[in-house]
Amino acid sequence: MKVFIQFFKDSLEEVTSGSRVYHLWMAFLTLVMLIGSYCYYIQVDQGLIVTGMSDGVSWGLYISNFTFLVGIAAAAVMLVLPAYIFKDIDFKQAVLIGEGLAVSALVMCLAFVVVDVGGPANLWHVIPGIGVLNFPNSMLSWDIIVLNGYLFINITIPLYILINVYQNKEPKKNIYLPGVFISVFWAVSIHMVTAFLYQGLQARPFWNTALLGPRFLASAFAAGPALIILILTVINKFTLFKVENKTVNKIAIIVAVAAQINIIMLISELFKEFYFPTHHSISAHYLFFGLEGKTALVPWIWTSIILNVIATVMLTIHKIRTNKKFLLVACIILFIGIWIEKGFGLIVPGFIPGQWGEITEYTPSFIEIGVTVSIWAMGAFIFTVLAKTGIAVETGKLRFAKK
Amino acid sequence: MSKKENKNVENSQNTWHQITSENTDRRSALKKITAGLVAGVGIASTSCSVFSEDHEKEASQMSWDEFFKKNYKIMSDEERVQTIQRLESLYEKKTGNTINISHQGPMEDVLYGYVFNISKCQGYMDCVNACIEENNQDRDSQMQYIRIHQIEKGHGFNFEKAEDNYYNEVPANNHFYIGTQCFHCENPPCVSVCPTEATWKEKDGIVVVDYDWCIGCRYCSASCPYDGRRFNWGQPHVPEEEVNKNQHYLGNRLRKKGVMEKCTFCIQRSRSGQNPACVDACPTGARKFGNLLDPKSEIRWILENKKVFRLKEDLGTEPKFWYYMD
Repeated sequence: MKVFIQFFKDSLEEVTSGSRVYHLWMAFLTLVMLIGSYCYYIQVDQGLIVTGMSDGVSWGLYISNFTFLVGIAAAAVMLVLPAYIFKDIDFKQAVLIGEGLAVSALVMCLAFVVVDVGGPANLWHVIPGIGVLNFPNSMLSWDIIVLNGYLFINITIPLYILINVYQNKEPKKNIYLPGVFISVFWAVSIHMVTAFLYQGLQARPFWNTALLGPRFLASAFAAGPALIILILTVINKFTLFKVENKTVNKIAIIVAVAAQINIIMLISELFKEFYFPTHHSISAHYLFFGLEGKTALVPWIWTSIILNVIATVMLTIHKIRTNKKFLLVACIILFIGIWIEKGFGLIVPGFIPGQWGEITEYTPSFIEIGVTVSIWAMGAFIFTVLAKTGIAVETGKLRFAKK
Repeated sequence: MSKKENKNVENSQNTWHQITSENTDRRSALKKITAGLVAGVGIASTSCSVFSEDHEKEASQMSWDEFFKKNYKIMSDEERVQTIQRLESLYEKKTGNTINISHQGPMEDVLYGYVFNISKCQGYMDCVNACIEENNQDRDSQMQYIRIHQIEKGHGFNFEKAEDNYYNEVPANNHFYIGTQCFHCENPPCVSVCPTEATWKEKDGIVVVDYDWCIGCRYCSASCPYDGRRFNWGQPHVPEEEVNKNQHYLGNRLRKKGVMEKCTFCIQRSRSGQNPACVDACPTGARKFGNLLDPKSEIRWILENKKVFRLKEDLGTEPKFWYYMD
């Protein structure tokens, strides 16, 4: 217990001290979060009417980001498994960074759900015991369980490793390894369950496809590790923590393969929707070409597809992938491409056209964008804090001093 | 019946102006935040303090109890009576007027169903207006449970070609009309997906929402194939003199912002043996409502003698809402 208190004191000191760049970065994130809090205050005060959502498109930017980030959270940890199989990578490092990213992504996920509901004060209604959780009927109740369980696992494992290293002890593999494996399989489940949220709705033919879950996995396996490559580059530049080139190269292969599979699945979907268009292809038609002159999503989806294709080609060519600069560019492009695809390309068109064919378009409001950006800032803030502590412990800067 | 003009008006832009002007005024926002905090502390302290006035204490105690009450579905009869008394007296304290909230349960051997005669509907939309008045729907957002689709003849039931917000004189030449609303499915997807069981199917087949238990996630509205659900995006508002004071806990009692609502076959009317307001308001007799379990009912006669059909039957939701033509 004493160790824990000391650990938190030391890490608090660690995260509140740093270079000028670090302080500026944290101050910037805090400012964004404050602006977002003000936007959220307006939303709570006036209701969700201040967002761009309506009875026509009743989920928008918040749920899109939620969906995307579930993928990031899942992929961050699934990366651990290949890292373990390849053997030649420092396994602990991959666990720490991956799970730190998973924790931040999960907190963002939960935050996006909280800001999306109409009655955040009533959220205790889902807690079994004092509330009523509709389990196992509602896929949303499954999602609540798997996401919170996943968050718990991903907090405890790194904490166990760090607290041991902090005390100069070697963390026991037979204690944390089972946890890591549970977490890897759990990662698949959070992703599939989230896909099932949409996939199970017979009212929305656009989502009601068996490919939805697998495609979630493929795109997450591309976007998540792409983000990790970017983060590792930043960590390499700004900290003493050195990640070897071969680690980055291995991750890049995962990104490349996942991006290829994602494109194959996209082609399969396009073929099914457009070879012989049925009535159920109408949402896809709206997404890719517009309907009755309404084309709000058309530029988005084509941008996304072009970005995806360019990034995939870049990653596939060995010479480009192994060039650091090009690799970073490809990762950024891919990340943006998939963010659009999972957001505007997946959630919004599910609602368009509506159940009786009416076309209601959706544009997020400034307040919605403000809240969204601030939740991303919160995620970055949490990740920075976690990573800084983790790195300080790993590099031996932070150690338990017996008094 | 003379030709009538539709009173369907565009959503007012007022709410947006209110919001934007609020945004710019930071000082008043800060004031509101502080006021909110003070009120929160106030509720806590008045309910604990021995010095505060008794009636203040009582009111804050009531709001406290209201917030922490259970899902209506699992409340005992006694708890139901208590929450209704609280709601009635809170309303009286706020407005000085009395309301009557019923908690009448389903009757034995009753399963409600609805039929719609497409040949008769002329698109007058009296049903829509009666529904709004009966069910205390938000006037600001012009919320409507019923949609009347105006479809040009010669394309069949092509809802994509339908006009749902028409402003022409009715009945329009060469058009026909078909109404949709919540179909009170026997196998309702909205009920399965709700994470808190805030919506369920009653014994008499009516799909209801507990407005105080709903968390506002809108999963039900995503899952409904029939566009049967409406969300309170802003604070709903009904002018005091227009409030229907004859209410049911699961029906037309006043809603708050951030919760889902829907057609309840006018539960406050149907459970006391009346027709839903839309049925009584229809000037052409296109709407019929009744007990499916009563072999002598008119609805049973129609189901057995007319060539009835339902919409999107392939989805397996088993709507209790049929259509037919003469």
